[in-house]
Amino acid sequence: MKTNIKSSTTDSKSATSFIMYFLLFAWAAIQIFPIYWLVTFSLKGNSEIFGGNALGLPKEWLWENYGKALINGKVGLYFMNSVIVTGITILVTVIVSLMATYALTRMIFRLKKQMNVFYMLGLTVPIHSALLPVFIMLRNFKLVNSYMALILPYVAFAIPMAVMIFIGFMSSIPRELEEAACLDGCSIYSVFFRIMVPLMKPAVATVSIFTFLQAWNELMFAVVFISDTKYKTLTVGIQSLAGQYTIDWGAIGAGLVVATIPTLIVYIFMSKKVQDSLIAGAIKG
Amino acid sequence: MEKVWRDKKAIAFFLFPSFVILALIIIVPIGMSSYYSLLDWDGFGKGEFIGLKNYIKLFKDPAFLISVKNSLIFAFSSVFVQLPISLLLALVISKGVKFERFFVTVFFIPVIISTVVIGQLWMKIYNPEYGLLNMFLRAVGLDNLTREWLGSKDTALMSSVVPVLWQYVGYHMLLMYAGIKSISQDVFEASKIDGASWLKTSAFITIPMLKPILKVSLTFAVVGALKVFDLVYVLTRGGPARASEVTSTLMVETIFKSNRYGYGSAMAVFVIVECFVLYLLIGKLFKTDEVA
Repeated sequence: MKTNIKSSTTDSKSATSFIMYFLLFAWAAIQIFPIYWLVTFSLKGNSEIFGGNALGLPKEWLWENYGKALINGKVGLYFMNSVIVTGITILVTVIVSLMATYALTRMIFRLKKQMNVFYMLGLTVPIHSALLPVFIMLRNFKLVNSYMALILPYVAFAIPMAVMIFIGFMSSIPRELEEAACLDGCSIYSVFFRIMVPLMKPAVATVSIFTFLQAWNELMFAVVFISDTKYKTLTVGIQSLAGQYTIDWGAIGAGLVVATIPTLIVYIFMSKKVQDSLIAGAIKG
Repeated sequence: MEKVWRDKKAIAFFLFPSFVILALIIIVPIGMSSYYSLLDWDGFGKGEFIGLKNYIKLFKDPAFLISVKNSLIFAFSSVFVQLPISLLLALVISKGVKFERFFVTVFFIPVIISTVVIGQLWMKIYNPEYGLLNMFLRAVGLDNLTREWLGSKDTALMSSVVPVLWQYVGYHMLLMYAGIKSISQDVFEASKIDGASWLKTSAFITIPMLKPILKVSLTFAVVGALKVFDLVYVLTRGGPARASEVTSTLMVETIFKSNRYGYGSAMAVFVIVECFVLYLLIGKLFKTDEVA
């Protein structure tokens, strides 16, 4: 593949390959430069950002921007809220989806086909349809402004994708192990929890990454369901921070960087896995 | 074993939690939204049943019509600007360039960053005084092109479209790249032996074989554009004077700012139907294509 499809004449070849690399690096710069700029201005004061040193590395590294954002700007609090909401969302999504997948791939019952359709239906429903009805339910149960207000809809909208990815994975696992365990007298529940769940680990990683990105970055539900600072997640919190520090770019930049760090860490250590899980989510859908 | 797998109690146990959540949060609300859309309701008292009046009003409401037009502009730009760039990048990278992994990894970074962060960042890029864009224009002597990108009616919409395109080019690139990589190498070998150039191979072999992926990309680009919310909400809130209003931002404003629950629900139902119709349309488009 590497050398397969290249033209033969060397002159035009090197010219085209120069243009090609130039374009590739130019595009890489377009994708990366704004992020580099963000990181550098998060460490600068206004005099540098607005004055002579807009693009370079900071002359004076203002780490206190981060202190300002985390403490005064409450980004630390928003961060913790995001961790709690996202963490529980991932946990619940994985457990209930694994259970549903087990029934949908292994168990035998009438209406199994219809049940499959029911689970996949969620893939095509935009969250717009749920926004007001779920808000009214939450209001009736006095759950507006709580972690539950976000966790419930995040889990619900993550389940269809998770089930789909799990079904693909579970169908490829042979049944012999479970059958042997069953003959040895294991109950269906221990077959599921002790044999199936450990086998599903790779798929669990895929689903966790996918669910993490969705919950961590979600804005529409968060804006509508949360107005109390105590429960604000990063996406809403960042909006308040930007309102509070309109002219202090350094502090806003610091908040933005903090909001992005977990995602970047996950990406740096597992870039292939992150890419694969987003591909899995798209292609099976 | 048969008997174990027919255990009704176990089936109920496994399905119950996810079934309840899905029913409660996704299925029932579709019915509720449809019902609300037939009411004149401010969200607190009792709503008055007014039949299809909300829908009739919707299609005469200039704000709504602008928002639909703007959403379609988002979709159109995705399809005709973003997807071609993604396809070109995918084709070039997958033909075996140096630093292949590096490019894939870098192009994908914006995809995983929160749209709110991207929005705030672009707000700074567009800043009339100190933003990157105007600073760049001044540096290259194009001072007359500098402007208030988000604050002017003429540029607010396009200025909101660009970051969305920028953010997700890498996503479609990755899908297409993975698709190309999964095509059997023999096909490329054969076309090389036949003396086909890279351009010809791409046009007559790679792209046609990539159709299933292109369908996925097209669906995501169009449906995603029609649902766009985050970026517009962060950048302009639909302003100035609705110049960049999209259906999602208008819906949220109608329901939660103006307390017009019934009217806003009609917009929600419109979005559901619109997305569903486009799913079907794109499915059909690719099906008839396969037969021909």
